[in-house]
Amino acid sequence: MFHWLEKHPFLFAVGVFVTIAFAGLIEIVPNFAQASRPVIGTKPVTLLEQAGRDVYIKNSCNACHSQLIRPFKAETDRYGHYSLSGEYAYDRPFLWGSKRTGPDLHRVGNYRTTEWHENHMKDPKSVMPSSIMPGYPWMFTNKADIDTAYATQLTNAQFFGVPYNKPVPMKDGSTTVVPMAKSVAEAHAMALKEAKEITAKMKDQDVKDAVARGEIPEIVALIAYLNSLK
Amino acid sequence: MENRPLEYDYTVAKMFMLTTIILGIVGMSIGVFIAFELAFPGLNTVLGSGLAEYTNFSRLRPLHTDAVAFGFTLSGIWATWYYVGQRVLKVSMAESKFLMFIGKLHFWLYILGVTAVVVSLFMGITTSKEYAEFEWPIDIAIVVVWVLWGVSIFGLIGIRREKSLYISIWYYIATFLGVAMLYLFNNMEIPTMLASSAAGETGIGAWYHSISMYAGTNDALVQWWYGHNAVAFVFTVPIIAMIYYFLPKESGQAIYSYKLSLLAFWGLMFVYLWAGGHHLLYSTVPDWMQTMGSIFSVILILPSWGSAINMLLTMKGEWQQVAASPLIKFMVLASTFYMFSTLEGPIQAIKSVNAIAHFTDWIVGHVHDGTLGWVGFMIIAALYHMAPRVFKRELYSKGLMAAQFWIQTLGIVLYFTSMWIAGITQGMMWRAHDEFGNLAYSFMDTVDVLHPYYALRGTGGLLYLVGFFMFAYNIYKTMSARPVEESELQNASPMGA
Repeated sequence: MFHWLEKHPFLFAVGVFVTIAFAGLIEIVPNFAQASRPVIGTKPVTLLEQAGRDVYIKNSCNACHSQLIRPFKAETDRYGHYSLSGEYAYDRPFLWGSKRTGPDLHRVGNYRTTEWHENHMKDPKSVMPSSIMPGYPWMFTNKADIDTAYATQLTNAQFFGVPYNKPVPMKDGSTTVVPMAKSVAEAHAMALKEAKEITAKMKDQDVKDAVARGEIPEIVALIAYLNSLK
Repeated sequence: MENRPLEYDYTVAKMFMLTTIILGIVGMSIGVFIAFELAFPGLNTVLGSGLAEYTNFSRLRPLHTDAVAFGFTLSGIWATWYYVGQRVLKVSMAESKFLMFIGKLHFWLYILGVTAVVVSLFMGITTSKEYAEFEWPIDIAIVVVWVLWGVSIFGLIGIRREKSLYISIWYYIATFLGVAMLYLFNNMEIPTMLASSAAGETGIGAWYHSISMYAGTNDALVQWWYGHNAVAFVFTVPIIAMIYYFLPKESGQAIYSYKLSLLAFWGLMFVYLWAGGHHLLYSTVPDWMQTMGSIFSVILILPSWGSAINMLLTMKGEWQQVAASPLIKFMVLASTFYMFSTLEGPIQAIKSVNAIAHFTDWIVGHVHDGTLGWVGFMIIAALYHMAPRVFKRELYSKGLMAAQFWIQTLGIVLYFTSMWIAGITQGMMWRAHDEFGNLAYSFMDTVDVLHPYYALRGTGGLLYLVGFFMFAYNIYKTMSARPVEESELQNASPMGA
C-alpha cells in the first residue's frame, strides 16, 4: 500500500519530516513558557564570574562534573538541596553535564573555599590523594577573557532581558542589584576589583602580582565562578 | 551500448572512504588515549606540562566524540551514499556534471569544516553542548555542507532510472531531514559581538563567541532532544540504510520481509524523537515529559528489533555463510549488537534503573557497544564490500579480515563488560547508606574502586583500535594492488585480449 509513496520522493520526504517533527513539537514547545522563570534568590552572574564560567566551558569541566542534584537522599546528603528549574533561568548554555567522573558542583560554593580550589586546580592530588583529575596549572598564567565575558553579559541583558542593573528579589525579602559596566574600560576596572577580593584569599604570589599589575589570570575568574555556585 | 551495464562513478565515494579511515584512526586513537588517562592520570601531561593544556582529558574528550561521530561515522555514511545511491537509483554520477561538482564541493567543504573543528576544539573554543560544541561560524559551514549533501540526494533521485525508491534511500532521506531539523534548532545562538555597551562600543570580545538562544531547563531539553536524536539520525538510521543494501548484496539473499521493513521504518521515525527525554530523568524538566521519554524508549524496542530481525532472517537457511565469510560475520554481529544496544537503552531509560545508571560509566558502556559493535562494524563491512568494486581489485586478505573481526569483538566485549560493572558499582556506591542513614562512601571511594575497570576498558579500546589498523592496512593493500583486469590480461589468450 505504500508502494505509491516510494515513487514520489517529495511526498515521501514531507511524510518523513512531519512524522519526525511531531514529537519534538509536542515535547518542546509547551515547556518554553514555563521553564524560564527564576526562583527567588537567583541572580545573574557578575563579570568575573561570567569570565570564570567561560573558563569552565573552555576546559570542558562539564565533561566530568555535573551541575544537577537529583531529588534522592544520597544526593541531597552529599551535595545539598536538589536543583530547581528556576535556578537555571539565566544559564546560557546550561551546564548540567551527563557524566560524573568527579562530584556534582551545583552547590560547590557552599562547602569549598577559595584556598581549596587554588590547591585543587594546581595539583588535585594535594587535596584529594587518589584523585584522577589532571592539574590545570596553565590557568595560573593564562589571562581571563574579560572582554568576551562583558560581551556575553551585554548580550544576556539586551537580547534576553537578564536583569543586570535591576533589583532582583532575594530569599530574605531584600533585593540585590548585579551591576553591569557601561564601557569596556569600566568593565576591566570592575573585574579587577572583584579579582582583588579573590586573590586576597589566595597564596600563589605570581597570581597576586599579576592582579596587582592589573591582569586577571584564568584561575581567579574560575574560582569566582565556583564560589558563586550555591 | 544498449546492453552494457551502467558504469558508476565512484570518485566521491573513494574520497569519503579515505576520510572514514583516517578520521576513524584519529578519533579512536584519541579515545584510547583518554580512556587510559582515566586509569593513569599521569598521561595527562605525557607531552610535558607545556602541552598539558592540549593533552588533558577535558580538552580531548569532545575531540574524541566529534571525530568519531562526525569524522568516522559521517564519512562512512557519505562514502556509502555516493556508492549505494547511484546503484539503487540506477544512474551514474558521471551523467551529471552538476551533481559531480556538488559531490566534490561537499567533500572539500567538509574537510575545511573538520580542520576548523579540530583547531577550535584544541583551542578550547566550544559551546559546551555535547556533540554540538561548534561555534557559530562552523555551524554555518556545517549547514552548507549538509545542504550540499541534500542537493546530491535529491539531485540523484531527480534523474533516477529506477522509479521506486529502495529501502536504503528512505533511510538516507530520513537522515538528511532529521539531522537538518535537529541541528538547526539546537544550535540557535546569538554571536556576542552583536551586543553594544552603554558607551556605544560594539564588536566587543571574541568574534566567534556566541551564547545559546535557550536558557537552563529549556536549553537542556533542546540539547537532549538533539543529543539523543543525533544518535538516531547519525548512528542508527543511516547505518540501517547500509545494512539494507550491503547484507542482501553480499549474501545474495533477498530482504526477508518488505512489510516488516515498512513497519520498522515508520515506527522508528515516529517513536525515536520522543525518547530524548530519557536523558533528563529526575532533572528539572516536567514530569510528564520524563515519563513520555521513558515509555517511548521502551516502545522503541519494537521498530529497532524489527529492522534487526529482518536482517537476521534475511540469512535464513544461509547461516553457513556466516561461518564462511568474515564480511558476513561483521554484518550479522553488527545486527546482533544493534539488538543488544536497543534493549540495553530502554532498560536504562526505566526510571528506577536510570536512578542508578545516570551519570555513571554504564552509559558510556552503552554508547560504545552501540557505536563499536553496530556502527563501527557496519561501516567496516560496507567499506570491505565496496573496496574491491570501487578500486577494481581483489580484496588483499580475507584471513586478516577474520583476525580483525575476532580481535575487535574481544575488544568490544571487554569494553562493555568493564563499563557495566564499573557503572553499576559506581551507582550503587553513590546511593549506599549505612545503618544510621549516613552516606556509606565518600565520592573518592567510588573513584578508587573504578581503576581496574578503567584499565580494562582502555585495553578493550586498544584491541578495537588494533583491529582498525588491520582494516586500514587491508584496504590500503587492496587499493595499491595491481588492478584485476591487468592480471587477467596477462593470462588471457590472444583471442581474449
